[in-house]
Amino acid sequence: MKRRLAVLVWAFAALAVPAATGQDLTPDALVKTVTQDVISVIKQDKEIQAGNRKKTIALVEEKVLPHFDFTRMTALAMGVNWRKATPEQQQALVNEFRTLLVRTYSTALSAYRNQVIEVKPLRAPPGDADVVVRSEVKQSGTEPVTLDYSMEKTPNGWKVYDVTVGGVSLVTTYRDSFANEVRNAGVDGLIKALAEKNRQFETKRG
Amino acid sequence: MLEQGGRPPCRSPRQKRWRLVVTALAAAVLAGCATVQSPDPRDPWEAMNRATFEFNDGVDRVVLKPLAEGYRFVLPEPVRAGVRNFFANLQDPWIALNQLLQGKVEAALSDGWRFIANSTFGIVGIFDIATDMRLPKHAEDFGQTLAVWGVDFGPYLVLPILGPSSARDAVGTAVASQAYLPWQLPKWLDLDHRVAWQNSLTVVDLIQTRANLLDVTDLFEQAALDRYAFIRNAYFQRRRNLIHDGSPPPLPPSDGQSGTVDPRVPTNDEAVLAAGARRAEGGD
Repeated sequence: MKRRLAVLVWAFAALAVPAATGQDLTPDALVKTVTQDVISVIKQDKEIQAGNRKKTIALVEEKVLPHFDFTRMTALAMGVNWRKATPEQQQALVNEFRTLLVRTYSTALSAYRNQVIEVKPLRAPPGDADVVVRSEVKQSGTEPVTLDYSMEKTPNGWKVYDVTVGGVSLVTTYRDSFANEVRNAGVDGLIKALAEKNRQFETKRG
Repeated sequence: MLEQGGRPPCRSPRQKRWRLVVTALAAAVLAGCATVQSPDPRDPWEAMNRATFEFNDGVDRVVLKPLAEGYRFVLPEPVRAGVRNFFANLQDPWIALNQLLQGKVEAALSDGWRFIANSTFGIVGIFDIATDMRLPKHAEDFGQTLAVWGVDFGPYLVLPILGPSSARDAVGTAVASQAYLPWQLPKWLDLDHRVAWQNSLTVVDLIQTRANLLDVTDLFEQAALDRYAFIRNAYFQRRRNLIHDGSPPPLPPSDGQSGTVDPRVPTNDEAVLAAGARRAEGGD
């Protein structure tokens, strides 16, 4: 179990895939392009390899962020509580959650060590507007870890709204703690908890 | 024996019996029937589990993690890969046997060949040449075999040192310990200094396993609001995925009403959330 979890790192790393490419790319091609793009930057950048947080975060923000639908991710992680939040609260939640996720991806990316990521051809019918792009992270001695992107077609191109690592959905994993927090301290309590988490990270890592 | 579900925590005699067993194991910690703020039907022993979780965290901070970091600092990656492969190889016969017990003959053969190839050409498993021979590593264990045989997940259970598990998976782990080769091989081969071999191999395995997890645990620390709930949820999903060999059936529609939940896996999240909310509102 534990060794397999190690692959979670991968899941996040793979997240860091996308480049600002054209809207006409198929979703699997998009994932492939962004993955290759990000990996090639990491391989060439000695500072990122050495653990430069600022540069890693910048890389994620530039290459990966544009291909994610953070509003949808936040809404999914909130579940039934999403509708209880005011538009202002929703905006605050999306902002804090985005910050948390970007930093988490950056942590995952800095653990990248030459694993091979293979993006599988999409099997969905061409007209589908909601697809799962599957990929695999390969490493000797351990079973390959699956890394799946749930994507939706929007007017601004394909956007990722969930990432599933070895069967563990990122959005679903947050659901319990979000629900607990809202139950105990309300939506504002959750916003505060997220902000606090992000602030801790700031002071800890500089 | 292992049904899960909406019982109020800390009431049933059965749960108490389980609790006794686990307490004996944990020895160090028991939080008893402390109040839990947000009950999850899949985790009726949350108070005790959280206590074990804290205990594990303490042991990890003081002993395991520093050792693992030292291990990673001192040894270069190629050496660590050899160690990782060596211990992974020792798991393969058990994995093959579990494939067989689950009726997957082809996979069992693949894992059997994998073990033979890596043990010989791969020099006692130090090199994973089998993967290149299209004999990929699989993830099977006795908990999964029990699931395939129809045993329910059972209540979530955090084991001392070993971490996330369930009533069913803990039984699987107990059975598997009889097939733990770093311990059994020195006995079966009747090596000189048997106990020294057993202890050294087990300790090295523990440290190298922890070292493999350093990146993941850092990530959890970074990602989670409530690490306990985060890891618990990830464990449910991960086990469900493994039991179905990577392609679990879709979850029932998330209206919280559907009754067609696969009994071998935790109920779907929406239903759980709904149940938790009902309880919090005093409806249970």
